[in-house]
Amino acid sequence: MPSLRGQACIVGIGHTEYRRAKAPEGTNLTLELRAAEAAIGDAGLRPHEIDGILPFFGLDNAEEFAVHFGIADLRFQMTSHLGGAAPGASIATAAMAVTNELASHVLIPGGWWGYAGRRVREVVVQDVSAMSGGANARDYYFPYGLTAPVQWFSMLARLHMNVFGTKPEQLGAVAVACRAHAQKNPNALMRGKPISLDDYLASPMISDPYRLLDCSLEADGAAAFVVTTTERARDLPGKAVPIVGFGQGQPFPADDIVTRVDPFELGVTHATSRAFEMAEITHADVDFAEIYDPFTFQVIQQLEEMGFCKRGEGGPFVEGGRIEMGGELPVNTHGGLLSEAHVLGMNHFVEAVQQLRGEAGERQVPDAKIGIVTGFGDFGDGSVVVLGRAS
Amino acid sequence: MSLTSRPVPVLRHLAAEFYAHCRSGELRFQRCTRCGAWRHVPRQTCAKCGSWDWEWKRSSGRGRVFTWTVVRRPMHPAFANDAPYAPVVIEMEEGVRIVSQVVDCPPDELRKGMSVEVTFDAVMPEVTLPKFRRASGEGRSA
Repeated sequence: MPSLRGQACIVGIGHTEYRRAKAPEGTNLTLELRAAEAAIGDAGLRPHEIDGILPFFGLDNAEEFAVHFGIADLRFQMTSHLGGAAPGASIATAAMAVTNELASHVLIPGGWWGYAGRRVREVVVQDVSAMSGGANARDYYFPYGLTAPVQWFSMLARLHMNVFGTKPEQLGAVAVACRAHAQKNPNALMRGKPISLDDYLASPMISDPYRLLDCSLEADGAAAFVVTTTERARDLPGKAVPIVGFGQGQPFPADDIVTRVDPFELGVTHATSRAFEMAEITHADVDFAEIYDPFTFQVIQQLEEMGFCKRGEGGPFVEGGRIEMGGELPVNTHGGLLSEAHVLGMNHFVEAVQQLRGEAGERQVPDAKIGIVTGFGDFGDGSVVVLGRAS
Repeated sequence: MSLTSRPVPVLRHLAAEFYAHCRSGELRFQRCTRCGAWRHVPRQTCAKCGSWDWEWKRSSGRGRVFTWTVVRRPMHPAFANDAPYAPVVIEMEEGVRIVSQVVDCPPDELRKGMSVEVTFDAVMPEVTLPKFRRASGEGRSA
């Protein structure tokens, strides 16, 4: 069985403006079609040349995209149920599909009116089945007022603080780094609003130890990518970014966050070595990391679980500018979900592709050859994708 | 159900059994009758040995605070007037962990490893939730 390393490429990226609108202007599909149209155009393709679609779980289905784009013969569709780890899992599925000739050009769209539309605080009341954990959360968490991600993930942050001595200032270092990166990103919601560590510490407590500035930004926006084989990519006009490795994983049990024997285990605990082995890289080869960042501690946790530092050492690791531009491992060069926008982690791939094409402008990581993108979904599902320099 | 009513478990299948025991004033967890492994939340088979055979075995009711969060800005309107309140994870003597609250402990007095014991809160005629209180001998102030 030949390796899938480098067999497929991301040949197109597209995104809408990321914003916080007063009211939804159209449906989620409106945003997703705009982003998809841009991605298909960026690839140098026409919409009907897409023959595979991997839509986002809980948003719009493949048929709706096919209908609007005039795709009369959709050959392949599939949806990952890994929540925020789905974009990475879908990149992997797309790579497998095109390599095996199940489809030629696969579209991966995702986006929402996550601010102007239904916000998390509304979802928790109206439709608990749409939340991570589903019935378990409904029957065993919600009755105690444990009703939202900021609450259950802050419990893990507190555990880490109690076990390893991790400090609020170290969570703050993640928030400050992401915010600094957003200052050089025209599409970042928090451009023009830099913060200091003191600002972080002064921000209101939401679910202790999580403050407001530990939380990602509910936002309106969509992004999309197009994947094809490396061979086909040579005939397309744009810069193709090779998919050199990928892996996914889940903690156990995946549907209940509190009863894990190892409370810090994540999907990326398992996914990272899978992705790195396929890519034939080590941690030292990684020039930048776009890490799914619903909350600050989950960046620290993923850095540990991926093996960039030992467990318990993630707090000191993120200090001293190590994860900032110019540091040893720049993280979330676009600002991440924390300071660009929460666009389901789709935006992390847009950024990684721009970096590896050398098109990131003021925030370009010099001579970037290898970038990684993580996904983190539901109660800790994980995906890791390794991308190489565009050719 | 109005938007501000307290979320309660859906009493169906294993959740109905778990909460029925609570209503009788007993905290019981599933224990595999083949390999002896305890489990919570309720499951249909044993993840350790695959057995479908289990019993509702009574817990000692004793455990320790594992971790918690202090909710200052509730995300669910039913808890709007409760803040600050602390959902707590308790690690039971049997090894399982359960989400609950420690009823007689202000959030800022919670400590990892604090000894607690079960108590019951009949929140509705049909629903009794297991909650916890500081075990005798556990200090009242930090």
